[in-house]
Amino acid sequence: MKIVVCLKQTFDTEAKITINPDGKINDQGVSLIMNPYDEFAVEEALRLQEKNGGEVTVVSVGGAKAQDALRQALAMGADKAVLVTAELAAMDEYSTATILAKAIAGLEYDLIIGGFRAVDDGSAQVAGRVAEILGLPVVNVVTKLEVADGKALATREIEGGSEVVEVPLPAVITAQKGLNEPRYPSMKGIMKAKKKPMEKKDPAGLGLDAAAVAARVCALEYFLPAPRAAGKIIPGEPAEATAALVRALREEARII
Amino acid sequence: MLQKGGNFLLEALNAADVFTPEDISDEHRMIAGTVADFALNELAPRVEELEHQPAGLMRELLVKAGELGLLSADVPEEYGGSDLGKLASIIITENIVAGGSFALGHGAHTGIGSLPIVLFGNEEQKKRYLPGLASGDLIAAYALTEPNAGSDALSARTKAVLSADGKHYILNGEKMFITNAGFADVFITYAKVDGDKFTAFIVDRNTPGFSLGAEENKMGIKGSSTRSLIFEDAKVPVENVLGEIGRGHVIAFNILNIGRLKLGAGCSGSAKMAIGLAAKYALQRQQFNLPIAKFGLIRQKLARMITEAYAAESVIYRLAGMIEESMEDKATGAEIAAAIEEYAIECSIAKVFGSEVLDYIVDELVQIHGGYGYIQEYPAERLYRDSRINRIFEGTNEINRLIIPATLVRRAMKGQLALLPAAKALAGEVLNLRAAAPEEDGRPLAEERTMLAMAKKLFLLVGGQAVEKYMDKLAREEEIIGILADLAIQIYAMESAVLRALKAWEAGPAGAQMKLDLARAFVFDHYPQLEKWAKEAICFLFDGDMLRTQLSIVKRLCKHQPADLIGLRRQIAARLLEAEKYVV
Repeated sequence: MKIVVCLKQTFDTEAKITINPDGKINDQGVSLIMNPYDEFAVEEALRLQEKNGGEVTVVSVGGAKAQDALRQALAMGADKAVLVTAELAAMDEYSTATILAKAIAGLEYDLIIGGFRAVDDGSAQVAGRVAEILGLPVVNVVTKLEVADGKALATREIEGGSEVVEVPLPAVITAQKGLNEPRYPSMKGIMKAKKKPMEKKDPAGLGLDAAAVAARVCALEYFLPAPRAAGKIIPGEPAEATAALVRALREEARII
Repeated sequence: MLQKGGNFLLEALNAADVFTPEDISDEHRMIAGTVADFALNELAPRVEELEHQPAGLMRELLVKAGELGLLSADVPEEYGGSDLGKLASIIITENIVAGGSFALGHGAHTGIGSLPIVLFGNEEQKKRYLPGLASGDLIAAYALTEPNAGSDALSARTKAVLSADGKHYILNGEKMFITNAGFADVFITYAKVDGDKFTAFIVDRNTPGFSLGAEENKMGIKGSSTRSLIFEDAKVPVENVLGEIGRGHVIAFNILNIGRLKLGAGCSGSAKMAIGLAAKYALQRQQFNLPIAKFGLIRQKLARMITEAYAAESVIYRLAGMIEESMEDKATGAEIAAAIEEYAIECSIAKVFGSEVLDYIVDELVQIHGGYGYIQEYPAERLYRDSRINRIFEGTNEINRLIIPATLVRRAMKGQLALLPAAKALAGEVLNLRAAAPEEDGRPLAEERTMLAMAKKLFLLVGGQAVEKYMDKLAREEEIIGILADLAIQIYAMESAVLRALKAWEAGPAGAQMKLDLARAFVFDHYPQLEKWAKEAICFLFDGDMLRTQLSIVKRLCKHQPADLIGLRRQIAARLLEAEKYVV
């Protein structure tokens, strides 16, 4: 069974986000990690491979640094990696999905897995777009996955519960928290990872010209959320304080 | 370029000569990150539970670490290890500290517990023990200390006598303060064959006549098991003699060298963790309607703490890189041990400096927490208690201080180190010697580099005079030895800090500012101590006109223009508080 995992390198979830004077997000000195939802995808692919045999290929679109995230997946046990470096002035979900789909189209696959969203922009669009471009069914926010007889049985979150769906393979599956507990790369895995193949491409090499990958959506402005105002403690006896609280909620906060 | 051990005191080194944390490979970076994640997510949540030593927990966690390969970095692949090399092993040690007492169990097992078999075991012993030790199926402990043989390890009284049938050694005696004893399967134990031939043995837990004392009630590292071992006609098979009869001291001392570097690495890791806690607390704790991080005396503490930690980290990586490089063509255990022995002086420096830096930092961590630092709810209290042992075990800091000049003198006498010619050359120029104006070469830290060169001369001056006066009786003048050790330790730390910053600057000035500031702050903070120590020694060595002459030489050598430490520390603290964690 051949599995392709799409993954993205994102800011560390503990990173401090700041905006540069030019209005862009400052990425200097920020530590980068594999998008945690993509880690679930890598883990699931490795478990399926351990059970059914086959091969796991990890694919990423990003800057040169994104190879660290791919190396981590290789250290966890993936077999090979493809990095498409796209140094575009602006990229959106359309650009990324177009490049990813083209890169994946050149690979053999029975199953494509990715995180259901990235922790940075959180658009949750890319995997779905890839499925659309490749003409494959997609099951989103999956928390349990079984694969047998050319079919996938996926449990996915829906509002207030979950549903179980069956899709024929090949298909695209997006991983939600709860799907599995990702492994740590072992020390041996880390040392082996540097010897595993990592293919490097760019959009032109995939046959995509600048117009084909140009962003359709552009960000007009980035700004940080307003800092949260300090809380207020209402002093006094419980009865009086409660009355004061109700008054404050009604007159100042206007929420009751 | 590979340097000889101790050579740093004689020659001016270049930035290219030292290994720095910035030089580690992508793989080593990933190892560091993975180990830190593992410690934070899998170990840190169990630290409190581990403090009460529930049965099986330490072992469970060690096995879990073993699954990732964290027990087998030093074990060759043919025996089930991952053979990652010494540098990776140090990186693991430095990054696993969030596990609290786990780090002790881990260190005792992988370091002093397993290494004697890795380095000195015969083929049969390696096959029998190493795969289990690498996976965590077997846990090791190291038993050198006895109730009456601590620093004086070779005075051990545990005795081994060959049985009548020649199949066993019968051991009698007691070992004290043995880490991991409560659950270990394999004990590297030293005993004297026939009462005089100091020898290492591998003792299995189920050996008839072998038993354990009660769990010690310790000040800190409460999650680690510490017990005595009791040998009452314990029957140890002759196959379990490790190395040669009567050569146990070779194993004991070699293992301690690497153990000392690892201890220093653990201290460096803990120091960085403590600094993160201190910065976060200072930002969050409000007094006078301001976070206490806004106050100058708190910022000064934070700046001093990170300056010391930076120096300690620089020392550890410099030495680990040197040892890694020296391993390249070494295959047998004996060759590896000899290569590490070459850096015995630096290993002692790493141990003393690392443990004293950590003790200073956890003390200030408690102080920044104020009353809350004294309460067990905050990790500051545990870190403060846990730190204290580091100055005691793996050779007390006093013993390690004695080792530094003793090793230097021994190598000088054997002609392995050109200490005597250097001291003689210095004596020739000494009357004309004065602190030269720093040579501007377009690179930063010119003053600091000149000061370092003078500090090395100062060491040679004091050391040369002391050797000349006391000759082979110098060992009796322990206070002088101590001063020489402190000079050597500070010189090594200053040089490691300075050359690391310089190397970073050479790679790209943009990313080097914090390191340059930290190196400058470290040198200018500590330099005045050197003069004070040297004068103390000189006042003891000389009197009259000779004393006056020598004191004036010291004064001239140490002359320097002080730096604005307050301004420097404010900048350092600002960057630390911005990052909210150890940052260079």
